[in-house]
Amino acid sequence: MLKYTLIPLLPFLSFLINILFGRNFIKDRAHWIAVPAVVGSFLLAVSAFLDVAGGRDINVNIYSWIVSGSFNVSVGFLIDRLSAIMLIVVTSISTLIFIYSIGYMHGDGGYYRFFAYLSLFVFSMLILVMANNFLLMYFGWEAVGLCSYFLIGYWFHKKSAADAGKKAFIVNRFGDFGFGLGVILIFLTFGSMDYMQVFGEAGGIAGQTINLLGYDVNLITLICLLLFCGAVGKSAQVPLHVWLPDAMEGPTPVSALIHAATMVTAGVFMVARCNPLFNLSEVAMNTVAIVGGVTAIFAATIALVQTDIKRVIAYSTVSQLGYMFLALGVGAYSAAIFHLYTHAYFKALLFLGSGSVIHALHDEQNMQKMGGLKKYMPVTYWVFILATLSITGIPFFSGFFSKDEILWRAYLAGDLGKFLWFLGTLAALLTAFYSWRLIYLTFHGKFRGTHEQEEHLHESPPVITVPLMLLAVGAVAAGWVGIPPIFAEHGDKIGEFLAPVLGYPEGEGTHAQEYFVMGASIFVAVAGWIIAYTMYLKKTELPQKLGAAFQPVYKLLFNKYYIDELYSKTIVQPTLKASDKIILGFDTYIIEGIVNGIPNLIGAFSRKLRKIQTGLLSDYGLIMAIGALSIIGVWIFLR
Amino acid sequence: MEDIIYNQLDYSILSWTVFLPVIGAALLLFIRNVSAVRWTALLFTIANFFVALPLLKHFDKSTYKMQFVEKSEWIPSWGINYFIGIDGISILFIFLTAILSILSVLVSWKSIEKKVKEFHIAILTLEAGMLGVFVALDFFLFYLFWEAMLIPMFLLIGVWGGQNRVYAAIKFFLYTLAGSVLMLVGIVVLYFTSGGTLDILALSSMQYPFQLQCWLFLAFFAAFAVKVPMFPVHTWLPDAHTEAPTAGSVILAGVLIKMGAYGFLRFSMPMFPDATKFFLGPVLILSIIAIVYGALVCFAQKDFKRLIAYSSVSHMGFITLGLFALNTQGVEGGILQMLNHGIITGAMFLMIGIIYERTHTRVIADYGGFARLVPWFAGFFIILTFASIGLPGTNGFIGEFLIIFGAFKARMIFGVLAATGIILGAGYMLWLYQRVFFQDANPDYEASGRHPVSDLNMREVITLIPLFVLVFWIGFYPNTFLEYMHASVEHLIQQMNLTAVAGNENMIAKYITEIF
Repeated sequence: MLKYTLIPLLPFLSFLINILFGRNFIKDRAHWIAVPAVVGSFLLAVSAFLDVAGGRDINVNIYSWIVSGSFNVSVGFLIDRLSAIMLIVVTSISTLIFIYSIGYMHGDGGYYRFFAYLSLFVFSMLILVMANNFLLMYFGWEAVGLCSYFLIGYWFHKKSAADAGKKAFIVNRFGDFGFGLGVILIFLTFGSMDYMQVFGEAGGIAGQTINLLGYDVNLITLICLLLFCGAVGKSAQVPLHVWLPDAMEGPTPVSALIHAATMVTAGVFMVARCNPLFNLSEVAMNTVAIVGGVTAIFAATIALVQTDIKRVIAYSTVSQLGYMFLALGVGAYSAAIFHLYTHAYFKALLFLGSGSVIHALHDEQNMQKMGGLKKYMPVTYWVFILATLSITGIPFFSGFFSKDEILWRAYLAGDLGKFLWFLGTLAALLTAFYSWRLIYLTFHGKFRGTHEQEEHLHESPPVITVPLMLLAVGAVAAGWVGIPPIFAEHGDKIGEFLAPVLGYPEGEGTHAQEYFVMGASIFVAVAGWIIAYTMYLKKTELPQKLGAAFQPVYKLLFNKYYIDELYSKTIVQPTLKASDKIILGFDTYIIEGIVNGIPNLIGAFSRKLRKIQTGLLSDYGLIMAIGALSIIGVWIFLR
Repeated sequence: MEDIIYNQLDYSILSWTVFLPVIGAALLLFIRNVSAVRWTALLFTIANFFVALPLLKHFDKSTYKMQFVEKSEWIPSWGINYFIGIDGISILFIFLTAILSILSVLVSWKSIEKKVKEFHIAILTLEAGMLGVFVALDFFLFYLFWEAMLIPMFLLIGVWGGQNRVYAAIKFFLYTLAGSVLMLVGIVVLYFTSGGTLDILALSSMQYPFQLQCWLFLAFFAAFAVKVPMFPVHTWLPDAHTEAPTAGSVILAGVLIKMGAYGFLRFSMPMFPDATKFFLGPVLILSIIAIVYGALVCFAQKDFKRLIAYSSVSHMGFITLGLFALNTQGVEGGILQMLNHGIITGAMFLMIGIIYERTHTRVIADYGGFARLVPWFAGFFIILTFASIGLPGTNGFIGEFLIIFGAFKARMIFGVLAATGIILGAGYMLWLYQRVFFQDANPDYEASGRHPVSDLNMREVITLIPLFVLVFWIGFYPNTFLEYMHASVEHLIQQMNLTAVAGNENMIAKYITEIF
């Protein structure tokens, strides 16, 4: 099965060729290398998927990576049902976005560089997904972060872009700090990093404790929470969500691929992968669920008032990722992966659609300067509508099935679950509102941009619209593999497919309860839609009035709860200040003071001593006499 | 039974390796033509590398014993021998030294224009001195090489350095000398205690009373801590690195400061195992302070080169942390990281030298937008940036990971504290990169008319390539390098675990429980 190592290697080759020869030789032909490579990966991924579906999991070690004493880690791949689905999601969306980028990045000075980074990203993401041990996953984990850094800061001459790239990397390092320690603790506990061995032995150490700063802590809980730190960073959950909205500084295809469909879902994938560990720790599970639920509602409230089209979608992403963690936390792993999969399509579509809009408006991202684009950009408009129907959970679109599954599983999961279900349903109301708000502000009403912009308004070329239409198919139909059993027996194909890896969630409710949960989510989806319709199409003066009436709330939301300011005041500024004032001062004045002080002291002493050397014979005679007398005196005294 | 394997090759490979540069230096005395001087020096450094190369092939990785040993009487009345050999710990440093010496000559091709002959004589004698330190197995010989390195380095900084070179050179010299003097006292004491031998291996296998161990440990520690340098005796380093010419900085950062860590491994640990354990707590704490403190100072630096110099303090903190974790992963990680740091920081100083030749400024604020001006340069530098902050796939990751793993295994809290260095490292390095390469060029700089700066030329690319190959080689397949150390490190750990002198155990245990 060594041919499947080509799945990550093809994009890696594309990266090497483009980065080495792109600048001088390949230039704007970079896609001729990148696109075939990613298509190749996609085809191989399909083949791997079919193998796995046929019951043949693949688990091979390629070579021994690090050996040091008892420490031994290999580079090896595991393709089972979970990674097979991820492979399909990653490579299929990558393919569409690569094609889209041909049109979107056309004429950009760094065209070859863009495709090189994008290829490197796909390679890294595939390593992350295919790894068969924690350290190799960590490799992919850090490498996607690297690509994210490159691509967010792609237009590096802009300070905001350079800042955002740096911020993304450093914020993620906070999460990876925990993740890395978790990986180390896993090895020290199990003597291996290999998934199969670790998961196989996990049950045996349940209940063991470890002494941490004087407290006895459950070992598995500690491992899970450390791993989860990494997920919080990478998947932009509260409180490490701050980097993702800023990441929108990157080109739009990047936002779609990395910061919506694939990389940010790595945290979800990781927790799902580690389900045998998380299952053993209730504390860890509840933490995951609460963080997810809180993030879902928290990010949705911010999205309500943002005016930058990409930032609205970014906060929406944070919120949707929250749903996935909520699902993981209540043990509905397959529901989380299901939502990951449907979300990848409709969210990529939303981003690429907004890219099409931004492109048409020559880099305008403020929705208040848009409006009425419907008649100029019909394809973009209609795919946007389909994606919105999907994300807001209108029945029979993808998002409906996956979101409903999550809410239903939460509802069944005890008191905490009921509370989270309530949060999730409330967040769904907000989702519907801000999603339709985006549509109305952008596509309906009158055009509010400059006259010059209006003259150049046009639909995007086919290289952009065709990928949009293909993604729209996914946004509509991807969810049909997970139809709830009350509608069709064995309708939940994806859940059953994943059951061998992720288990099938327990808990049965009555049909009445299930219809109630479903009804509630349909109700809020429609309600949010109607509110947005009223506020942004019918009574357009209402948003202004509401904003004025609830000024403090509006400002709080518009400024994203001032979290960035908080971090700046409590972490960034103090570090820089400590560095500049305290540490550097200590180095310059205290240590250097002592170091330079000793020679100065000796110098001063010898300057004094020098005065004896007067050059006068009489002085020397006197000193010799005193010396001789002293010696004699001492000699007599001692005798 | 002696723990040595005599040289099996039909020529004295180690002696040739060490003394070939001396022959080169002597030859240079008779050459007048500047260009011929450069070529001769380059030839000798390259030849040196190839002379040493069979070591890799014939090295027996399965044993910890000293190999390729040459031993003959030198000053028999004092029990001094000409005794050299290498094991799995020293072999890699032979090659690090050889490679960095070649690159030092290459990078000075255009930048050194005064006293060219003398410069290259200094480089070659320095190379010989460094190689000598790594192969010496007799204390007299060792001390000779140890001090001999100082002179050419002192001259490199003092003669070919930057504006503040004399101050930096004297500071470097005095600092190092102060430490070395204490080591000399320690060596003399060892000589008399052992009844008159200076054989390092023999001295390592002896057992010393606890009190004596402690005093000797401290005497050697003084010398090595200054060299590493550990907090708080690190302040010579930023001055020396910043003022030294590029070649000097490369060798300083690449090899010279590794001598201290090497000393810990070769002398402190095997000779004074009880004292090592006794002083473990303070040494580990100093390492952690160096990691965090060194990183924090970096945030406040305004000088490109000085920032990298201070980052060495932080990275060397990782190395001492790993070594004193006293387990396989920590020690192997530490040794590998010594190599890595030589490669990464060596390459960084090379690159700073290269850009300085064009811009004549080291002030970070003068830069900006260089990714567009010199894209290849920027591309090479970003690789080093990420290697320096330990990104997987680069050599920095393997070293740092093993060190943190080792520290975590030894005492969890140290692993956790060390890992904070990784966050800080990302902070100052990426901030540096942004200020130098991203955004718009500094308008003052643009107005000064020094534009356009040219990108890397062929000679410079050739200079850099070997180091970049190593960055990825170690990142993806570190076993090539780790394999050499396994047996020696395993042996060292065993030596450490056999607490040598009965009765010492209780004292150590008591002390350790008091600290933690």
